[in-house]
Amino acid sequence: MLTLDSTRFAIQAMTAHRLRSFLTLLGIAVGIAAVILLTSIGEGVHRFVLAEFSQFGTNVIGISPGKVKTGGQPPSGIPTTARLLTLEDAASLKKLAHVTGSTPTVWGNSEVGANGRLRRTTIYGVDADFTQVFSSSVNIGHFLPREGAGGARGFVVLGSKLRHELFGSANPLGAKLRIGGLHFRVIGVLAPKGQFLGIDLDDTAFIPAERALELYNREGLMEIHVTYEQGVSSASVAAAVKNTLKIRHGHEDFTVTTQEDMLKTLSNILNILTMAVGALGGISLLVGGVGIVTIMTISVAERTNEIGLLVALGAKQRTILNLFLSESVILALLGGALGLLLGVGLAQLIRLALPSLPVHTPWHFAIAALVMSACIGLLAGVLPARSASRLNPIEALRAE
Amino acid sequence: MPLASLIQLKSIARTFTLGDSKVHALRDINVSISPGEYIAVMGPSGSGKSTLLNLIGLLDSADAGAYTLEGRDVNTLDQNELAKVRSERIGFIFQSFHLVPRLTAAANIALPLILSGMSAAERNKRVEQALKEYGLTDRAQHRPNELSGGQRQRVAIARATVQRPAVLLADEPTGNLDRVTGEEVVRLLEALNAQGMTLIVVTHDPVLGARARRQIRMEDGSIVSDITQPTA
Repeated sequence: MLTLDSTRFAIQAMTAHRLRSFLTLLGIAVGIAAVILLTSIGEGVHRFVLAEFSQFGTNVIGISPGKVKTGGQPPSGIPTTARLLTLEDAASLKKLAHVTGSTPTVWGNSEVGANGRLRRTTIYGVDADFTQVFSSSVNIGHFLPREGAGGARGFVVLGSKLRHELFGSANPLGAKLRIGGLHFRVIGVLAPKGQFLGIDLDDTAFIPAERALELYNREGLMEIHVTYEQGVSSASVAAAVKNTLKIRHGHEDFTVTTQEDMLKTLSNILNILTMAVGALGGISLLVGGVGIVTIMTISVAERTNEIGLLVALGAKQRTILNLFLSESVILALLGGALGLLLGVGLAQLIRLALPSLPVHTPWHFAIAALVMSACIGLLAGVLPARSASRLNPIEALRAE
Repeated sequence: MPLASLIQLKSIARTFTLGDSKVHALRDINVSISPGEYIAVMGPSGSGKSTLLNLIGLLDSADAGAYTLEGRDVNTLDQNELAKVRSERIGFIFQSFHLVPRLTAAANIALPLILSGMSAAERNKRVEQALKEYGLTDRAQHRPNELSGGQRQRVAIARATVQRPAVLLADEPTGNLDRVTGEEVVRLLEALNAQGMTLIVVTHDPVLGARARRQIRMEDGSIVSDITQPTA
């Protein structure tokens, strides 16, 4: 029997029970739509989060004190027995090949006073390479100058929000500012950077790391951030960094995390999230598949007579099997196509209605959905089709 | 008999198990049928005549004995070969017509051709020809429920003969028809027989049976008489 003919035969059988067939394929459609919609949201969140993290550039390597063998980082700010990372460590990394910048990082929360106002804010102790490492730009004035060890002057650069809160629209350059017990002079304001995972990046003040160590009474840095040239493999730079610090420290008592590694880990986590929500949608798809099994079983029972006739007219077992299989596959495929339209349509609708909720439907999801529905049809059809092909033709013809 | 036999049944037996008891549907059947014969198989209900017909039509197989169809031992054929023989050499006509209700008359007639994998162009030609031969051209696009009983059986006969089989097997072909239409259908079958098609009719109806040249009577799974009337 020709494929075209068996397809037409299957479609004729389906259209003979329009409502029933429609309801059955609706089951699959709802399942596919749920999978598409949920994975679209998952994928959207995935992209959104990755974009948030890579806004500082992807060629960043972080070095934190203490060796972690099991992954993750020790909680910052809690003293560890590990050897400390020092300003000298940060400076030594600046000289490595392909490294374009390296900034020590110390942070904390302090009261800032200036212009007769007070505000509690995040203080970052960094150095001149900071703007480069974190892709920030200066709005007015200058960023912290490059200065030799031990001679960092009391300069401060403000985030745009902090500048606003303290100085309003007045020019803050040259103004005096008190952080904790130390005095600083404002030399620049950064361009607004927006929020990052709910943290306002503009409500910050940047002071030399040396001064921050003093301010927080620390001996070691919390982290060193290194950037390298685009196109150079992160692993080779990380290896060079490790080497240098190993020589300086005697052994590996620090942890090097490349942004690439971090993004990869994050991406994996988000993929699992996408899969998990997709699996939730998969439950309704499963129910839809059971619907096809049910309706195909009923169909075989109703058409016992016809199956007997087909055998008498010379149909092979295989032909009967194919007829019922193609019927369930077509049913599932139509349902899948409808579900695809429904899912993508809903995803677009969500994008229109809630622009803040990131939604993204990749094309391979759509194709995967169709392939999946065809597979469901095939699986759902196997049992009923097999029982159809194994009917005894004489009894089948006698059935009424 | 001058012609080589078309169907040769030797010591055929068929037993069904119903619950604990065994039912001998056929016992020691020996029949030889030549091409072009017109045979009526008669007997009371449960005498095994339908079983015999199903066996000849390759829908059933014997528990013992040998069945040779056109020189081939049927027992040596596998499922697919049997399907091919059914498709090309055997035509079935049923008491209840067995038309597919959702398909038009033309599509019902085309079924054996579709199942055999014939191309649409060739198929349409054959179906059109068959519709014309059975006077169904203006009914081609009607579904079975829009046809009269006689028309339905004509569609069924057209379907059974569209592959030009060697044997036409009819199980009570007039059982669901009134006298006039039944008569019409029988004449149609006899005309096909006159063209050389072997016709085997299973019937209760002695009048219908009496029209066949050869009458086989069955009782309790055995052939009790096998009479060939001299040609008039």
